Parts: sequence; structure tokens; C-alpha cells
Amino acid sequence: MSNRWNTGLNWSDVTPERLWLNRRALLAGAAGAGALALAGAAEARIAAKPSPYSTDAAPNSLEDITGYNNFYEFGYDKSDPARHAGGLTIAPWSVKIDGLVDKPGDYALDDLTKGIALEERIYRFRCVEAWSMVIPWIGFPLAALLDRVGVQPGAKYVSFESLARPEEMPGVKAGLLDWPYREGLRIDEAMNPLTILATGLYGEAMPRQNGAPIRLVVPWKYGFKSAKSLVRISLTDTQPRTTWQGLQPREYGFYANVNPEVDHPRWSQASERRIGGGLFAKRVDTIKFNGYGEYVASLYAGQDLAKDY
Amino acid sequence: MDRVHALLRRVRPWMVYALGAIPAALLILRIFTGDLGIDPVKTIEHRLGEVALQLIVAGLCITPLRRLAGLNLIRFRRQIGVLAFVYAMLHFAVWIALDLQFRWAEIGADLVKRPYIVIGFLAFLMLVPLAVTSNNTSIRRLGSAAWQKLHWLTYPAAVLASVHFVWLMKAWAFEPLAYLAGIMALLALRLWWRARKGLAAAPARA
Repeated sequence: MSNRWNTGLNWSDVTPERLWLNRRALLAGAAGAGALALAGAAEARIAAKPSPYSTDAAPNSLEDITGYNNFYEFGYDKSDPARHAGGLTIAPWSVKIDGLVDKPGDYALDDLTKGIALEERIYRFRCVEAWSMVIPWIGFPLAALLDRVGVQPGAKYVSFESLARPEEMPGVKAGLLDWPYREGLRIDEAMNPLTILATGLYGEAMPRQNGAPIRLVVPWKYGFKSAKSLVRISLTDTQPRTTWQGLQPREYGFYANVNPEVDHPRWSQASERRIGGGLFAKRVDTIKFNGYGEYVASLYAGQDLAKDY
Repeated sequence: MDRVHALLRRVRPWMVYALGAIPAALLILRIFTGDLGIDPVKTIEHRLGEVALQLIVAGLCITPLRRLAGLNLIRFRRQIGVLAFVYAMLHFAVWIALDLQFRWAEIGADLVKRPYIVIGFLAFLMLVPLAVTSNNTSIRRLGSAAWQKLHWLTYPAAVLASVHFVWLMKAWAFEPLAYLAGIMALLALRLWWRARKGLAAAPARA
């Protein structure tokens, strides 16, 4: 399908970096004390190589992506994260990696990502609430990290835990869910090349409301599987119990693959509304595995996905 | 209170309708100012449903206000009820046209299969005969006793509408539960009045 919006160009292609920095320097000069901060920001643009896994669909605007979030740690409303996440402390940040791994430990974020090449992955994102977006993530395959820490043969599942810091997260403080937020993947799902840990989007570090500084992205599953602001990754031999399973086991299964044939008990999953089209945002048919079937359908050979929902 | 009533006597029905049109007018205005957020369809849909529910609650408050506070707003109950119906209808229409975008197969399936949609739809259906009979001719033709009985449909409609709100959330949220609790309290008050009346009447019959 032709896509006239996606030229493969970034803003950085329009404005040469030297000029960009110059402009920053000019502003900085005028602003005096702000000089260092601004120069720092200009250099913060993340270099990421394009990926063959990217869709050629046009990404949603940064405004859509950063203003419409389900991140219940900051409140139920989709505008709550943008409103309340600003005060989240993301540095220093470390992720505990434990369980059936050769090299368990508390890893500082920089150590986790050191030497791993970042890629831009433009993925479709399908929420269980039947809306969708296209998001230009920056990240790296989860498999690269798992290989680095050494997965032991007995490991069958990976569980993920998000930050739960009541003093900075009003939704945690209010007890909106059973915190901390937990998610999980089967080991083959975790090792699939589509599964990434994302540290940025749109060429910049991950915005706080999108799960800074590091989050999971599993594009063929409903969005809630892609846990945000990760503080712990554990390798286990038993299937981890996820937050949503704990709340409503009949409605949210462990797999949560995007599947128009298996409805949520309370609403249909046959179609989705593309966010970003304003009043007439188009409703389109939902595709099984969110359109990533060629890469992941084989993972579920022989499984009844109506039962393993 | 007499001065309040004297002031209220000057309020004409069209003024109530004009007041009731303000939330809809604000929504239309916000379409043009681009102030409806990133998903304007959901904003409009939810706001229309919310106003319908608020008007239903307002209608249920009229009798308690008269009995407990001596404030008589009964003259405006018809307009409040009709407005509640109009907002519920707009809520339903936006769901069909802008949200589901006339995908009739999905709309039909939702209307019979999804409990929270079924419940909301039932509440709306209950409001239809009430809106149709919200005129003096209907009261005369039905007789006031039968008319009043028909309009008790407001009570189940109110309960179903608030359950519809509670049930569509992914988790337990405060606001919908507050509506449900408020409506249950307003209905419980009526049951209590009836029970007391029954008790008071019982010895006389004995």
C-alpha cells in the first residue's frame, strides 16, 4: 500500500544537525544560564537504525502518542499520564534481573543497554479497548538482553514488573490496581525478534507517560502486555500471574494476542478505531496477531487460541 | 422559600430546554476549538451519556427536594425528563454513527451480546415511552394513575443506566459507582417512604 506520508525522513534530515545546534547555541547564548541544558538537549537525539520489521504505515503524531495513554499508575483517564508523569524520577534507574539466569543482579540502565545497537521499530499498537495507533519506537530486541544475562535451560517464562512508587504515582497511591503492575511472556515469545525493550520514540528518549526510561513492546499482543517503566525482569519455570489476570481472569488471559475472532467478554474485538483522525477517525477491521502473523503465528501452532486467550 | 418559588414561577419551559441545550452546545463549540482531546469521538460519546445520567438523577431528586427541603420543582420535571431522553438518544446515535460507523453486523451483535451495551440499550428503550407520553394529552388519555405507573419505568431505567456506566470500565472507578450509589439511595428513600406509609396505614385497617 502506498503511503505518501512516510518518506523515511526525520526532522533531522530537514535541518542539518550543525544548524540545529547553532540555533540552539544562539538561543542558549541569549538565555545565558540555560546554555548548557539546551546544548545537552540538542545532543540527546538518539541514533537508531531503521528496521525491516517496521510498518510503512504513517506514525501517529507525537501529540497523540504522548497525550493518550493507559498508564494506570498515574490515573484511569488517558490524559492523566501526561498530566501527572512529569515528576517521575527516572535517573538513576536500575532493573533487577533474577530467577533462572546465569548473571542475576541489579543492572543500571546504562549497563543494560551498553553496546546494544538501537533500532527504530515503527509498530502498530492495538489496545484491548479496540483503538489503535502507529508508534515509532526506539529500542532493541529483548532477546539481546536475555542472551547477555544467560537464560538457564529450565526457564520457560519471563515476568516483568513495573515501577510502583506511590509518592510519584497518584494511581499507585490511590490503589487503583494491585500494584506493582505485572506482565509475562512465554520464553519463545520473549525471544521473538519482534519483542523489544523500548527506550525512546520519535528519535527522543522515552517520554515519562509512555513508560520511561525502559518498557516492553510486544506488537502482536494487546497493549496492556507491553509493561512500562520496568524495574524487574525474572526468568521462571512457571507461568507468572499477571495483574489483569488477577483482576478479571475471565476477561484477560495470559496470552492476550490480538485476535478479532476472540472477543473480550464485554466488547467485540472485530474492529478498531485508528486514533488520530479526529471526529472521523476511521474504524478498520482488526487483523489477527495485529498483522504480525507471518512472524508469530507459528509460536501458537496446535494451541486453541479461543481457550488460550 | 416563598421568594424562591415566586422567582421560579417566572421560569418558562423553553428556558429549561435552553439551559439543557448548553452542554450539547458546548460540545459543538469544542469541536471547532479542537478542545475535545485526542479521541474526540469518545469525549463526545461519554459526555452525552454523562449528561443523560445527570439529568436522570436530577429528575429523581425532584420529589425528595419537595418533601425534605420544601422546594417545589415539579413543574420542571417534564423538561428534565425529555432532556434526559434527548441526551440518551444523542449518546446512542454517536455510538452508531461515529464510534461503530454504521457497521450494522457489529452493532447488532453488540446490542444482544455485550451485557453493558444491552443494559444501556434497555435503559434507553425504557425512556422511549416516557418521552412519547410526556404531554398533557397522554396523561388525559391514559388516566393519571396509569400514566404515573408507566413513568415508574424511570426507576429501572436509572439503575440500568448507572450499571451500564459501572460495567463499561476496565476496573472499579469511583465516579460510576458514585452514580450507582446515589441512584440506589434515591430509590431506597422512596421505598422507605412507602414502607412507612404502609405501616401507618396498617393499624387503621386492622
